[in-house]
Amino acid sequence: MVRLTINGQAHDLDLPGGMPLLWVLRDRLGLTGTKFGCGIAACGACTVHLDGVAMRSCVLPVDSIGDQQVVTVEGLQGPDGAPHPVQAAWIAEQVPQCGYCQSGMVMAAAALLAEQPAPDDATIDAAITNLCRCGTYGRIRRAIHRAAAARAAPAGKG
Amino acid sequence: MALTRRMFLVAGGLVGAGLAVGWALLPGRDARAALAARARNGEVALTAWYRIAPDGTVTVAVPRSEMGQGILTGLAMLVAEELEADWAKVRVEQAPIDPVYVNATVLMDGLPYDDGYHAGERTAGTWLVGQVAAMLGVMATGGSTSVRDAWQPMREAGAMGRAMLQQAAAATWAVPVAETVAEQGRVRHPGSGRSLGYGELVAAASRLDPPATAPLKDPASYRLIGTAVPRLDIPAKVDGSARFGIDTHLPDMLFAAVRQAPQFGATLARFDAAAVQDRPGVVLVAEVPNGVAVVAGDTWTAQAAVDALPVDWQAGPHAGLTDARVLADLLDGLDRGEARSYREEGDPDGVLAAPGAAPVEAEYAVPYLAHACMEPMNTTARIADGQVEVWSPNQAPTLVKWLAQEIAGVDADAVTVHTPFLGGGFGRRAETDVVAQALTLATLTGGRPVKLTWSREEDMRHDMYRPAAVSRFRAVLDDAGRPRALVNRIAGPSVARAFIERSWPWMGMDLPDNTTADGAGDTPYDFGALRVEHVTRPSPVPVGFWRSVGHSYNAFFVESFVDELADRAGADPLAYRRLLLEGRPRHLAVLDLVAEKAGWGQPLPAGRARGLALHKSFGSIVGQVAEVSLAPGAGLRVHRVTCAVDCGQPVNPDSIAAQMEGGIAYGLSAALHGRITLADGAVVEGNFPDYPILQMAEMPAVEVHVVPSREPPGGVGEPGTPPIAPALANAVFALTGRRIRRLPLSPAELGIG
Repeated sequence: MVRLTINGQAHDLDLPGGMPLLWVLRDRLGLTGTKFGCGIAACGACTVHLDGVAMRSCVLPVDSIGDQQVVTVEGLQGPDGAPHPVQAAWIAEQVPQCGYCQSGMVMAAAALLAEQPAPDDATIDAAITNLCRCGTYGRIRRAIHRAAAARAAPAGKG
Repeated sequence: MALTRRMFLVAGGLVGAGLAVGWALLPGRDARAALAARARNGEVALTAWYRIAPDGTVTVAVPRSEMGQGILTGLAMLVAEELEADWAKVRVEQAPIDPVYVNATVLMDGLPYDDGYHAGERTAGTWLVGQVAAMLGVMATGGSTSVRDAWQPMREAGAMGRAMLQQAAAATWAVPVAETVAEQGRVRHPGSGRSLGYGELVAAASRLDPPATAPLKDPASYRLIGTAVPRLDIPAKVDGSARFGIDTHLPDMLFAAVRQAPQFGATLARFDAAAVQDRPGVVLVAEVPNGVAVVAGDTWTAQAAVDALPVDWQAGPHAGLTDARVLADLLDGLDRGEARSYREEGDPDGVLAAPGAAPVEAEYAVPYLAHACMEPMNTTARIADGQVEVWSPNQAPTLVKWLAQEIAGVDADAVTVHTPFLGGGFGRRAETDVVAQALTLATLTGGRPVKLTWSREEDMRHDMYRPAAVSRFRAVLDDAGRPRALVNRIAGPSVARAFIERSWPWMGMDLPDNTTADGAGDTPYDFGALRVEHVTRPSPVPVGFWRSVGHSYNAFFVESFVDELADRAGADPLAYRRLLLEGRPRHLAVLDLVAEKAGWGQPLPAGRARGLALHKSFGSIVGQVAEVSLAPGAGLRVHRVTCAVDCGQPVNPDSIAAQMEGGIAYGLSAALHGRITLADGAVVEGNFPDYPILQMAEMPAVEVHVVPSREPPGGVGEPGTPPIAPALANAVFALTGRRIRRLPLSPAELGIG
């Protein structure tokens, strides 16, 4: 039996040893916002947060997680249901096309901003190595700048 | 992605007129029936395209797949504009499968050029395919046709509904219809100040006879069309709630993984199910079309079991095949073999053979490419109680339905096909290979739904690839450098024919395939005497529709060679193109716009250069200027791409910009990295490290300029892709003097590896 805390909720699960977190989320818990893209941590579609750090869940065995907090795209919004600044910026810049990679992109961007409040383009290019086939990269850069500005703005003005 | 261009060599007279307006289809049947069955909570289907609820909510049924192009929003805008709906109350849903939603344009695009060369074949092919198409009304998303196809019927449906609502209001108030005004989801009578919402009027309106015609708005009064309306699908795509095909999650569901014959043409000889059957979670092991699958309690367990399954394959006719041999066969096609002509003007051979003609010659080649949709191929199916339900991210729901009928042995009305969001399509999801496998498994699970998901490796090694293709140009210039004659001989497979042979072997006729010559046969340039011909060489590798199809290579061939001619003529590439485009005002306008916005001719920082390309595809003209540098160690960098597009009347300018950005990125992946290679008849590349796609750090700044226009809309999903490869190659030439005639632009090709 493995205990996982996902989006603040504890789950006790009977799982095969070594099962990657991605498939627990998707097939066992029906949390399908986290996507399968490559299975080898190359594309980032499966990105989640582990204690706030972006991780690729397709190669993350559940047995290795311990008591770290898992947050998926479904749990990124604020406790009041308000979109995370990254999600709001993504809508404002009309980033997604097919949208398949965007859960991972949003999670990667949110983790980046938590670490670096105002990244420049070079920092974004180096940090966001997730793949997008629709070519939304330019809008992602703009949306990250927008989210950074919103977070920096005094409360009530952003 | 022009899904069925060859198959549907449809006679204009047979289906064109009737299908252009959904109302006229199938006399005696109320076209609204398709949607009326879905009405709930007092909703009324006023036309086949939308329902209106008592609270005024308008739900538009969109019969095209949403694969990132924003089509749900774009088509709903067409209805809402003419309906004078309140956009805040507009919702969208996927339309059911019904002949009223046939994609007529994807059929009509299959007509060969009206050049008189294939009249006999057109008549023969037309009759048969026309019968099939008209009877069955295939729904498909591809060939950048959605807006072009829906432009008339969906606006008309909106206008007719508006007229009926106004008529109902006028009858209620006993005033002339002409005294009423429809706006923002209400009908008003300014004379008396009365007004009623659409929700209050729709029941009465639906009992009226639809008017024979309803006038369409003057474009000058558009409120939605031409504005950057935010996309309706985007909020769900940032919080994980959007459901893609792969996200289908049903009670009691099983999960499957597959292994397919690695070598093309190989077959399954035997497998040892007992070796994995007893693993915890494994439910069954079964043969499926082109492979063997394991069904289990989760995808990971199924994948691990199928990976461990001992399997023997029987080698097929393509054992030992390499991509070098494919290329050699294509190049052989440039020397011999019967060619089909797609354009013929004057006597180019005579000019080329004249004494002292000194022809300019060049040969170009491009490799196979994979689609590499981010969402791997998948389908979920359930066969229970004589009913079949399929959840498949697909571009052709009608084909999915036919397959379900065939495999489950049921009638059409026992099949329901759901088309969730597609995590990329690009033409790959016009194919039904994964659907057949999932349905086969669903016949074995005792009524439990089963979701089959391909691994990335299966997806990449079992694609229907963009074909490898080659081209040889021979041209003669006059003393001033102007072309007097040009022959463009292309060799490659026929995608349309391959698609038909997979789907309907009995229809596999040798007919002209426009997709092979798209963007070459219809060149806008004045080359003097001209012949464009294509030699079809069957591909041992399955080939399919790949974003922009033949345009994806013909644009590279033609736009590179025009640059070569400009260089021979000692002319500026922009000036030279202008010279050859006399009498083509729309092409010239795009060319001039992109040149101006890119600062063509203006000084650049040291070590940078620009390249230009112009290409028309799917009814839209796109010009692009790429700005590049080539630094030791850093390789080729694309700094900036300027893009101008004339796609007729713009529907949603921000969606157009997004499609240009996306088309450029897709084309850049191909131009910089894309190459599928073969060893021993199997694809070598299996995942993203082997088949790289463009990364964030490689994405240039892209600016898109949309030409204002009132012409009928052109497509936008594909036209952004063709020009980028030649723009890049021409920029490399401007920078280094090295002419790029093969893709991708690898270090070896660039002379730095």
